[in-house]
Amino acid sequence: MTTNILMPALSPTMEEGTLAKWLVKEGDEVRSGDVIAEIETDKATMEVEAVDEGRIVKLVVPAGTENVKVNAVIAVIAGEGESAGAAPAPSAPAAKPAKSEATPAAAPAKPAPAPEPVATPADPDLPEGTEFVSQTVREALRDAMAEEMRRDKNVFVMGEEVAEYQGAYKVTQGLLEEFGPARVVDTPITDHGFAGLGVGPALAGLRPIVEFMTFNFAMQAIDQIINSAAKTHYMSGGQMHSPIVFRGPNGPASRVGAQHSQDYASWYAHIPGLIVIAPYSAADAKGLLKAAIRNPNPVIFLENEILYGKSFDVPKLDDYVLPIGKARILKVGKDVTLVSHSHGLTYCLEAAAKLAEEGIDAEIIDLRTLRPLDIDTIVASVKKTNRLVTVEETWPVCGIGAEIAARVQADAFDWLDAPILRVTQKDVPMPYAANLEKLALPSADDVVQAVKAVCYR
Amino acid sequence: MAKKPARTSPSSKPAAKKAAPKKKADSPAAPSRADDLKAYREMLLIRRFEEKAGQMYGMGLIGGFCHLYIGQEAVIVGVMGAAKPGDQIITGYRDHGHMLACGMDPKGVMAELTGRSGGYSRGKGGSMHMFSVEKAFYGGHGIVGAQVPLGTGLAFANKYRGNDNVSLTFFGDGAANQGQVYESFNMAELWTLPVVYVIENNQYAMGTSIARASAQTNLSKRGVSFNIPGEQVDGMDVHAVQTAADKAITWCRAGKGPYILEMMTYRYRGHSMSDPAKYRAKEEVNKMRAEHDPIEQVRHRLLEGGTSEDELKEIDKEIRAVVAEAAEFAQASPEPDPKELWTDVLSPVAVAGA
Repeated sequence: MTTNILMPALSPTMEEGTLAKWLVKEGDEVRSGDVIAEIETDKATMEVEAVDEGRIVKLVVPAGTENVKVNAVIAVIAGEGESAGAAPAPSAPAAKPAKSEATPAAAPAKPAPAPEPVATPADPDLPEGTEFVSQTVREALRDAMAEEMRRDKNVFVMGEEVAEYQGAYKVTQGLLEEFGPARVVDTPITDHGFAGLGVGPALAGLRPIVEFMTFNFAMQAIDQIINSAAKTHYMSGGQMHSPIVFRGPNGPASRVGAQHSQDYASWYAHIPGLIVIAPYSAADAKGLLKAAIRNPNPVIFLENEILYGKSFDVPKLDDYVLPIGKARILKVGKDVTLVSHSHGLTYCLEAAAKLAEEGIDAEIIDLRTLRPLDIDTIVASVKKTNRLVTVEETWPVCGIGAEIAARVQADAFDWLDAPILRVTQKDVPMPYAANLEKLALPSADDVVQAVKAVCYR
Repeated sequence: MAKKPARTSPSSKPAAKKAAPKKKADSPAAPSRADDLKAYREMLLIRRFEEKAGQMYGMGLIGGFCHLYIGQEAVIVGVMGAAKPGDQIITGYRDHGHMLACGMDPKGVMAELTGRSGGYSRGKGGSMHMFSVEKAFYGGHGIVGAQVPLGTGLAFANKYRGNDNVSLTFFGDGAANQGQVYESFNMAELWTLPVVYVIENNQYAMGTSIARASAQTNLSKRGVSFNIPGEQVDGMDVHAVQTAADKAITWCRAGKGPYILEMMTYRYRGHSMSDPAKYRAKEEVNKMRAEHDPIEQVRHRLLEGGTSEDELKEIDKEIRAVVAEAAEFAQASPEPDPKELWTDVLSPVAVAGA
């Protein structure tokens, strides 16, 4: 039995090379690992090692030959105890991968539909006579974590100042007292490290909640969030899961300058394998954080410092869990659709009140989840109002509004009576000076102006 | 001839002052014949598998990056010899040997290299991204050093659950210069997490020698400021590796916190398939292969101990058959169904009790 030695590909892109030199001659015995030849590629000279053992019976390609195609036979080896008979001169067998029954890449027709999770159920109906309590967003978030920690001992929370300090923004207040230091873990200031350390237990089946003091610091950890948490399920062919929640305040705060005042919504919404939630009200913060903790996927939960202290009515229920991926219509209207999330909705609500005085009835959609995006709710609204303005505290370029505009024009082009407009943070780093900061942020007046423009008024 | 590499004289001094176990002056008990035969078989499987992978890469059957483990076999085989079921293993991208030593099926590993549906990740991970829940193998990570916080987190999970499992976290001399490694060291010692950091010092971070990259080239000392004990080990000697790993794992299992083992090892091939390794002298490689080869050391010991050539040949033959079967499977297995493009992006939401 003879074995062919083939011209090897020595880089991902190599198609041919020069067989520079033979280091063996016909009749030589070779063992695995022996260097038998040198090959020049366009980048380097590489050594070729024998993989099979035996005697070289034929050097098919002479030294110095240029443009030897990858997979051409360059030599023939005979196994132990075989005669060096006439060497065959076989043709190079092309290494063809066994193709599945797949259709070969056809002309780029319609892009395959991205598989968003199946139809998301609507918010559960509240039982007759449900009481409401007034709670701040901060309290609602704390209650959500506490309830889930009571329910599942695999849930724990870690981050800077979450335990003894009671949270830099007091969101984890009281958790240490109830659950102890094994489940409410103060970390050193080591954002990259503890983000990765948090993903480990998630892969091992625990349910970590990792708090970033603010999402500005998560930039140091974004490799672990994206490369380790978001991609592992896919890269493992579905074997591994990373049920982890990364949460903390996000978005412009107040007078803290460019490094501490930034909205990361579109950064994370860009990533397949992540779920991104950005609630506005306390009820949604509670219901969605509980859902996030139970979800088997990595969830980015974007809170807002300015909203932490704002109070809302929260249903007084034992287990208030909301569906991920479902927008809420915050205000029904007929003339124009406003789409926003998190703190952006304060501008929308204020603008809607002003617009009402001028006889414009705006519908307001609170996205709540940014990935997967509830495009159906937006499109249905646009088909009713025929006008769309998106509002966000992100920069305009490649922002959430840009994504919404692209999808709405694809799905509801014929229903639009005006171009889609975006109200965003101005395209500059956040300035510190009070007047400049105000100019950089979107405002209710910006929203009013945009609405008037799309209504041609 | 089996000799210790000149550079790797295993320091008997623990790097940290803390009560690191002192290495006894007398050498550890000689390995049993059964131990040696097991190690021989496991190392040979990795060697032959990697040679075959290199060959299949040359034939265009394996794409992208392919980092071979040839020369370093004693490290993973020795460490696994000291581990027990339940201990977790996590490493970087030079990971084929680790998977085989964990007991993962060579067929599934090779089929992942060829990007086929029979691969461990159904063709969606590739050489650097394979996992096995069953064997507690947590990857296979392509970002240099990223596995170190993850492995530290596995140890955190062990402590959280109160079990006695140990996380075996492997990384190279190159990764040892990443900041997140030290963030992990700090938390591991702070919280006394059961993790053995196994630094596979093969002396070259891609093309940069350790002397050109590291201010402190004794990497076993990298835990000193965190009070993590560490020691250098002759990583070409599987018995020395297993003995050191035994000690380190016992330390961790006893709840004493992390431990660092710097394995002085060597890769024979380039960093990846397209690296001609011109940054080191050929003589250096040849000397390592000739004098310190981990497989030859064991083979020599076995022959001296009375094992016959024929018996070893029989093992060689068996291993070749296993590798040939893996290679055939990896070529016959179909490419993933196009529908697979869209699966496993998100885990389906568990319904019951959600």
